[in-house]
Amino acid sequence: MSHIKVELKKEQVAKLKEICKSFNNEAGELINVLHKAQETFGYLPAEVQEIIATELKISVAKVYGVVTFYSFFTMIPKGQHPISICTGTACYVRGAEKVLDEFKRILEIKVGETTPDGKFSLSCLRCVGACGLAPVVSVGEKIYGRVSPDGVKDILKEYE
Amino acid sequence: MENIKLTIDNRSVEVPVGTTVYKAAKNLGIDIPVLCYMDLHDLGIENKPAGCRICVVEIEGRRNLAPSCSTACANGMVVKTHTTRVINARRTVMELILSDHPKDCLTCPKSGRCDLQDMAVKLGIRNIPGQEYAEMSTYKTDFSPSIIRDMDKCIMCRRCETMCNDFQTVGALSGVNRGFMSVVAPAFEQDLEKSPCTYCGQCVAVCPTGALTEVDHTPKVIRALADPTKTVVVQTAPAVRAALGEEFGLEPGTSVTGKMVAALRQLGFDYIFDTDFAADLTIMEEGTELLTRLGKFLGGDKNVKLPILTSCCPGWVNFFEHNYTDMLDVPSTAKSPQQMFGAIAKSYFAEKLGKKREELVVVSVMPCLAKKYECQRDEFKVDGNPDVDYSISTRELAHLIKEFNVRFNELADEDFDRPLGESTGASVIFGATGGVIEAATRTAYELHTGKKLEKVDFMELRGMEGIRSATIDFNGLPINIGIAHGLGNARKLLDDVRSGKANFHAIEIMACPGGCIGGGGQPLHHGDTSILKARTKAIYTEDTGKVIRKSHENPYIIQLYKEFLGKPMSEKAHHLLHTHYFDKSNKDVFI
Repeated sequence: MSHIKVELKKEQVAKLKEICKSFNNEAGELINVLHKAQETFGYLPAEVQEIIATELKISVAKVYGVVTFYSFFTMIPKGQHPISICTGTACYVRGAEKVLDEFKRILEIKVGETTPDGKFSLSCLRCVGACGLAPVVSVGEKIYGRVSPDGVKDILKEYE
Repeated sequence: MENIKLTIDNRSVEVPVGTTVYKAAKNLGIDIPVLCYMDLHDLGIENKPAGCRICVVEIEGRRNLAPSCSTACANGMVVKTHTTRVINARRTVMELILSDHPKDCLTCPKSGRCDLQDMAVKLGIRNIPGQEYAEMSTYKTDFSPSIIRDMDKCIMCRRCETMCNDFQTVGALSGVNRGFMSVVAPAFEQDLEKSPCTYCGQCVAVCPTGALTEVDHTPKVIRALADPTKTVVVQTAPAVRAALGEEFGLEPGTSVTGKMVAALRQLGFDYIFDTDFAADLTIMEEGTELLTRLGKFLGGDKNVKLPILTSCCPGWVNFFEHNYTDMLDVPSTAKSPQQMFGAIAKSYFAEKLGKKREELVVVSVMPCLAKKYECQRDEFKVDGNPDVDYSISTRELAHLIKEFNVRFNELADEDFDRPLGESTGASVIFGATGGVIEAATRTAYELHTGKKLEKVDFMELRGMEGIRSATIDFNGLPINIGIAHGLGNARKLLDDVRSGKANFHAIEIMACPGGCIGGGGQPLHHGDTSILKARTKAIYTEDTGKVIRKSHENPYIIQLYKEFLGKPMSEKAHHLLHTHYFDKSNKDVFI
């Protein structure tokens, strides 16, 4: 969980309330509301969850429960350059885990986290449909194929 | 509607449509084991997430075993509850649950009354395979002033969540995360102290394991009792005497007032007093406050807030401080009996003894866990010294009695000490829902009308319905009274008051089901709500047996006002016996 206090701007609060209202402030629409909120803010900080809870008249604990249950929802803002390592079967057998370990070692973060400077975030995904290039890494929109642990620092260098 | 016919363990049974296999089996006298399931029928609460899978049965024609707690009976169904396949599945499920559960039963606070432990015994679990390579999931332990959350011991039965959300509508707890990381926690996995938790303790009352337990104050009490420089005073709440016996194998509903007093004397308390005395005092203050507000209101004073809400219940006080911050001036300013007792013990009584307040240790025995938090509140301290030093639950007192080698059931009845041990029938019924307002009515009626009550029993104020109302005729003046127990019911009633839909002069609210007799610190009911009814009956029987049944006729209360306080709502009474409330809705606590 994030310990950074996020000050929501007036417009942001208004936008959130508008999202809730577009689903008639119905508690049963929580997942849809969270979906839209994350689309708008990029992630779901505590303050956003509190406003949603108030608007839908459910407890913040319930909202947090749903946010933490579905891996799609995140409480951590993605980095400026989101890194995804494919750990699908083909990439995995060709050494994706070692590549992932190297990213974790150099960036000093775990999967699902963002570097303190907000530059990089690390996540895993399953198959981007480029198994011929395994193991595959994507940084933002850019795809890197046949990545070896040694190649990791060169990739990161491009974004220094 | 037509009934459904089915066979369970080769026996035919007919049940109404919608009945679950578990309940149909129960009708036949077949007890299918359940773990996560809990039916609090009288409260309208049924927890059946079908999560634990202990209650599985074999149903002919179905490929998979079915959870009996949530499978509805169907015509012609053939159910088997103890085939080899079922028994093996149950054992495997149990082994899997235990594989991620600490094996510290010897030192667990729940040992001996743990549903999980009992189930392991029932299912004959002798070893837990695969432990050597299994990693246990662990979480930080959360220590609040009242409740300890040791989530390593949580089995995700969701009973606490059901109580906190559906029954109490407090919303402090929810299931969060998934897989091995899943746990029941407040929002953002903050500690309870930073959540809207009211410390009502209903989660503790239903927790099957040692995951949710009370903060144990007995070591501090033992230390105080052994300290020769301290005068240790104990006060016992009305509901304790109606339940304590259960911890010693007595039938629910056995009143053990005399034995409890004798036991406390054997433990070494210097003065055995009664919170009931302070309950009588509460009636004097709260009753007077009601009449004063009513008088001003009827006189046309627009600044007067009605209805007056009772403020004896610390769980309820916490609830409105979190949820009804726009109505902080509506509840009575009278302190709870626990705190009134502490304030009087450390002033009036200390003076009588010629001792300083620091030389006195006031211990309270309460059916309640919120009382532990209440006695630590800063406004109930004088220069850092609390009016009530330690609050222990009914369960903790039972433990102390056992540890001090007392044969409880063989004790001869003894009586409370004076002056703070005298009480009336009116104060005894504080322990049951509707009791406080009935006690207040007995006194307010006589003070207002100047007439003697013909009949002190107000049956219209009693019962187990979640929300009740009655109109009492105060000699031509109809007084509308509302009653709610359970915070979910309180919320409904309060919302109606806020919106102007309900029109009451006075409302009594208790956080726990049935009032204090169903408190979070009482002996565990394990889902049997008939125990709550038995305790209620014991309370009203005790009231009937009292010579004095109206608070304002308590001779020691009369003496207290004469010698010390002056009159109800006097400046001194205000200083010692009244309080104020805080806005705790601050959203910043979440981060």
